[in-house]
Amino acid sequence: MSVPLPPGLQLEKFEEDDKIMTLNVGPQHPGSGHMRLIIRVDGDYIVSCDPDPGYVHRGEEKMAEYRNYILNIPHLERPVIHDSCNILYPYVLGVEELLGLEVPERAKYVRVIAAELNRLSYTLYWLAIYGIFLGHSTMFMWPVGDRELAIDLLDKLTGARVTHSYFVPGGIRNDFPANFEDVCIRQVNYLKKRLKTYGDIFYDNPILISRTEDTGILSREDAIRLGTTGSVLRASGVDFDVRTKEPYDAYEELDIHTNVLKKGDSYDRSKVPWLDMLESCNIIKQALEKMPKSGSVRVKLKPNPKGGDDEVYKRVESGRGSLGVYIVSRSKPEPYRLKLSVGSFRNLICLPYLLKGEKLGNMPAVYWGLNYWPVEADR
Amino acid sequence: MSVIAPKFRLGHFIKSITNDIFWIVVLITLIGIPVIFIVLFYIDLPVLDGELVTPFLAFTMLAHPELSIPLIDSFMNTDFFRIAIFPGFGFAALIAGSTIFVERKLLAKLQLRVGPFYCGKIEGILQLVGDGLKLLSKEIIIPAKADKPIFWAAPVLFVATAAAFVALIPVAPGWVVADVDVGLLAVFAVIGFFPIITVLSSWSANSKYPFIGGIRALHQMISFEIPLILSLLGVVILTGTLNLTEIVQSQTSYWWIIFLPIGAIVFFITMLAELERIPFDLPEAESEIVAGWLTEFSGMMYGLVQLGSYIKLYAFAALFVVLFLGGWNGFGVIPPTPPEIVDFGIQAGPISVDLPGIEKLTERTLNFSLINGVVWFVFKTVIVIFFILIPRGVFPRVRIDLLLHIGWYKLITLSFVNIFIALGLLYAGVLGPGGLL
Repeated sequence: MSVPLPPGLQLEKFEEDDKIMTLNVGPQHPGSGHMRLIIRVDGDYIVSCDPDPGYVHRGEEKMAEYRNYILNIPHLERPVIHDSCNILYPYVLGVEELLGLEVPERAKYVRVIAAELNRLSYTLYWLAIYGIFLGHSTMFMWPVGDRELAIDLLDKLTGARVTHSYFVPGGIRNDFPANFEDVCIRQVNYLKKRLKTYGDIFYDNPILISRTEDTGILSREDAIRLGTTGSVLRASGVDFDVRTKEPYDAYEELDIHTNVLKKGDSYDRSKVPWLDMLESCNIIKQALEKMPKSGSVRVKLKPNPKGGDDEVYKRVESGRGSLGVYIVSRSKPEPYRLKLSVGSFRNLICLPYLLKGEKLGNMPAVYWGLNYWPVEADR
Repeated sequence: MSVIAPKFRLGHFIKSITNDIFWIVVLITLIGIPVIFIVLFYIDLPVLDGELVTPFLAFTMLAHPELSIPLIDSFMNTDFFRIAIFPGFGFAALIAGSTIFVERKLLAKLQLRVGPFYCGKIEGILQLVGDGLKLLSKEIIIPAKADKPIFWAAPVLFVATAAAFVALIPVAPGWVVADVDVGLLAVFAVIGFFPIITVLSSWSANSKYPFIGGIRALHQMISFEIPLILSLLGVVILTGTLNLTEIVQSQTSYWWIIFLPIGAIVFFITMLAELERIPFDLPEAESEIVAGWLTEFSGMMYGLVQLGSYIKLYAFAALFVVLFLGGWNGFGVIPPTPPEIVDFGIQAGPISVDLPGIEKLTERTLNFSLINGVVWFVFKTVIVIFFILIPRGVFPRVRIDLLLHIGWYKLITLSFVNIFIALGLLYAGVLGPGGLL
């Protein structure tokens, strides 16, 4: 009968030591997402932190086993609706390899543009949340307002503001609407100008620097050992970006600069996504210049296509780091097994290490600096 | 399950009144009138022109233009008017309310938003009224484990302490509720009450987040009170008095901010910390401790705390004006009342209105110095409030250890530097006898 409760069920554990208090930074706390952190504090210092994800588990992987390769598209993008093109990207790449499809050249560039616009829209949303949790209300309002530019472009391109379902095996759903290139260049230029003003009000702010610098330091070795990815890994001085290391689609032909910062503290972790956003604007402009001006964007697909007896793993760089999809096919229209390996979950692992011994006031900066999206981690 | 509110019907409304009218009449005659008589027995009735103004006479005078202006004049000179309306609570609450509105619109403009827009015809000007009505109609929820008497008393005490602070501020020459000789000491005493109330309320709620917030507030207020008091000592050294009215009178030629800029800056920063405003809003840090020590307050209890904190904001801004920006001093902006209005009344075309008794009102009460002083005082206070509001749109929150570091190392050192500057000015003879002033 003395089976210890799993950590998620331990609501309130009274300590022998009176000094230590257990705080439930839970799903109803305004400072957390759809997840819970069980934090034990001694005064204002965190003794231990136990992340408890799983509040929004939807069984996306199991659901994928009952739907064919096309029907999987709309529901697989649900974990990150703000970054839906990027979470679909590895799935679509994998299915193309399984079915042996050759994607038209123009479609590859359009995919890159859509993926980068999505990264902008996601990262701006993340930045807004990061700002408000550090008590900077202007940094909440500005990115949410400027995010409209990226969303508006995606709306023109795909017909939906968030869940686009734009990538299909064999290309993309539809070509550019008329006059899209001009509008895109104009809005991306304006967005880049706006992004630079964020540096003045937020990243150069002395209070922000004093607050986030030297907190939650993740060394280069630890970052690699704990398996972090994306902006967290790049903030710790590791030059890793799937777009440059294992380029897919049109990223091979584009000139991409990877932003790497050395220190690995909260400030660097908050700055890397911002630098990435500026880089995304450059990538979009490059892709618009280099892309073929005409041509088909989609190959014809058989109804209900079947994959061979094969398995495939593809990964891309999403807004939160490398995002991999592993598909096992057993000559059926449905995948036999589909596994999502997401950046959020991998970054969450280092949270207990980072928070131990920190002050409670550093909790939001460290927690949101991980570029963590609870819904994606739970899948 | 939803409950549909019954429709308003005039017949039912009138019926409910007629049902209760018997009891209303009985209660008024049996309790209300005796109470009024007992109260009137203890009130000193004013004497106008050798005649005792009874309530009956006052009502008669109100309908009589020649007598109503002296009546208003005598009303404006009562203690009740000073405490409740003009330099006291009503004036402060008015400025506090407009501060809330201005803050929301200003922050919205900074953040590329619109702000309150729909409530009221012009730019959401009635939003505050709507919010107040909402808070009034909300249920007050008390935590089951709370220490109820203290928890109930805390918001009221908070507003009362803020109002006590307001009472010490001189607004115009002679217009102050409590003109004490040790005014500045009284101000420090009142400021010392706020952390006690905060800790009591947060402790009595018996909840984790309010407790952490209360402890943070205690840390913050106590460590910033020392530089706050020290930064004002420079002014006291130069003026040689603790009376706030005399401090204002000493600034007729030069404002103290010219000689003591470091003291003014230190006082401004400590003011932000005492007011728990961004970047020092740690006791209410939303992302860490829900709403800090305000977490368990609901309904009008929360509204009272908010009202109190904005009255406190006005009081601190006014104190800054009084000590560093010369209070009501300033060149004349309102022309004095022209003599022809006093003699012949207002004439607009064929219509002429006689204003009997106006000369008495303008001489004694609504005189030039009052109106000019209030205009200058409000103008300066609004500017200071504006500077208090701006950081909310620009800065994130500081951390508790950095905050204590700022308070105990930098600000205390700076306030000592300020004191030495003041002493140096005094001994060098720049100020004082034979000096500039």
